[in-house]
Amino acid sequence: MQREEVQQGLERFIAARTGGPVTVSNLQRLSGGASRETWSFDAETPQGRIEGILRADPVPGAPTIPGRELEYHLIKAAWEAGVTVPEPLWDGDETFPVKFFVMRRVPGETLGARLIRGEQYAKARELVPVQLARDLARIHSIREADHPELARLEHAPPGKTPAEAQLDYYENNYRTAELDPHPVFELAIRWLRQHLPPPGDEVLVHGDFRLGNFIFDETGVRGILDWELAHWGDPMEDLGWLAVKSWRFGGRLPMAGVGTREQFIEAYEAAGGRPVNRQHFLWYEMFGNLKWGVITMTQASTYLTGRNRSVELAAIGRRTAETEIVLLELLEGRWE
Amino acid sequence: MQDRPTIDELLEAVAGYLRDDVMPNTQGRLSFHARVSMNVIEMLRRELATIEDHYAREWDGLDRLLGVEPMPPRLAVVREALLKRNAELCERIRKGEADEGPWRLAVLNHLRTVTLDKLEVSNPGLAAEYGDRS
Repeated sequence: MQREEVQQGLERFIAARTGGPVTVSNLQRLSGGASRETWSFDAETPQGRIEGILRADPVPGAPTIPGRELEYHLIKAAWEAGVTVPEPLWDGDETFPVKFFVMRRVPGETLGARLIRGEQYAKARELVPVQLARDLARIHSIREADHPELARLEHAPPGKTPAEAQLDYYENNYRTAELDPHPVFELAIRWLRQHLPPPGDEVLVHGDFRLGNFIFDETGVRGILDWELAHWGDPMEDLGWLAVKSWRFGGRLPMAGVGTREQFIEAYEAAGGRPVNRQHFLWYEMFGNLKWGVITMTQASTYLTGRNRSVELAAIGRRTAETEIVLLELLEGRWE
Repeated sequence: MQDRPTIDELLEAVAGYLRDDVMPNTQGRLSFHARVSMNVIEMLRRELATIEDHYAREWDGLDRLLGVEPMPPRLAVVREALLKRNAELCERIRKGEADEGPWRLAVLNHLRTVTLDKLEVSNPGLAAEYGDRS
């Protein structure tokens, strides 16, 4: 959308909700992402100043991922469950030709390597594991029965556990990416197949819960972001994904690069998360590394098939080996 | 034979241009892609320096797992031949032959060697981190 359109639309939209008139200033487009427009703004309203964020689809009728269309409701459900998320203010209406919503802006930054290395973040590095564990326990307390508005989020197909459905999906992606044969992936898929965890209660799973997808500052976690891949599934999926080697950004510890597994599990259970079975956790950690490995292949294949000629996507094909070494370690029972 | 600069010397020149001229004078996406490009070129320099050794080591490892075959003498066709042999290894893993026992250990050892060689090219820091442990 054009700047003028956003400015005027926001002023009308917020005026109608705060008893107008409203002046919007400091309007700034944040991400150049093709899948989402994010705008930052300040608004003077009859109810005081609002530092806000507008999230909007790039084109009308674009959403195909339920999590993207339901992002406002997801953040609202998380907010009500006590998760550290930006406060959701208003779901969109017909003001813009695309789906959108408005939330409060949260100070801080998201770059993973900065949390791992920044001198100013020494205290945050101590706090983040426990804060993430508490947030995750609260996300996993959200049940479909209490949230009919989230019923359209993906479920495992009938007759399959979430773990089996996830493994099927990524094995299928691996086999259709049509790249070179990968013996390490064959070993990992076989091990995962033979050690599928038992079924359990399905809860809200964030789906992309990792360093890089939350806002932090010197006080630690300020807002969990990127809810587009949320679905109903196995809570251990989020724990395993958070431990994936590539999401440690060079940090020496497994959980987001800054926490041990045991510290995390203890805080997760203390915050109301269900008792963590270590084998179940390991299954999802191995699966998470496999999943990221398969994503590196599928991203490289979008370059190789000519759908996107970006050097970034081409180069990502050479990152598959990062996941192979981790899979080998885990197959040999070496966790650290 | 081409005149100097050699392949490596020319790649070094391009990487230096991206690092010293493009990156400091660009921002955002453009600067980021310049960095990615520089990293790719540095990776290619490492690959060119090690490719013959790495091919030979992978071939020898597969000889031990699948039986001895002569390696094609021309470097250009080794990749295709390795792909075929890896497809055979994958097939045997899928059939369960590496589920347990000494052949599983041999497969894991071989794959560790090959993966560390891959990382020596694509991510030397990680190769050092994991290479030290074995």
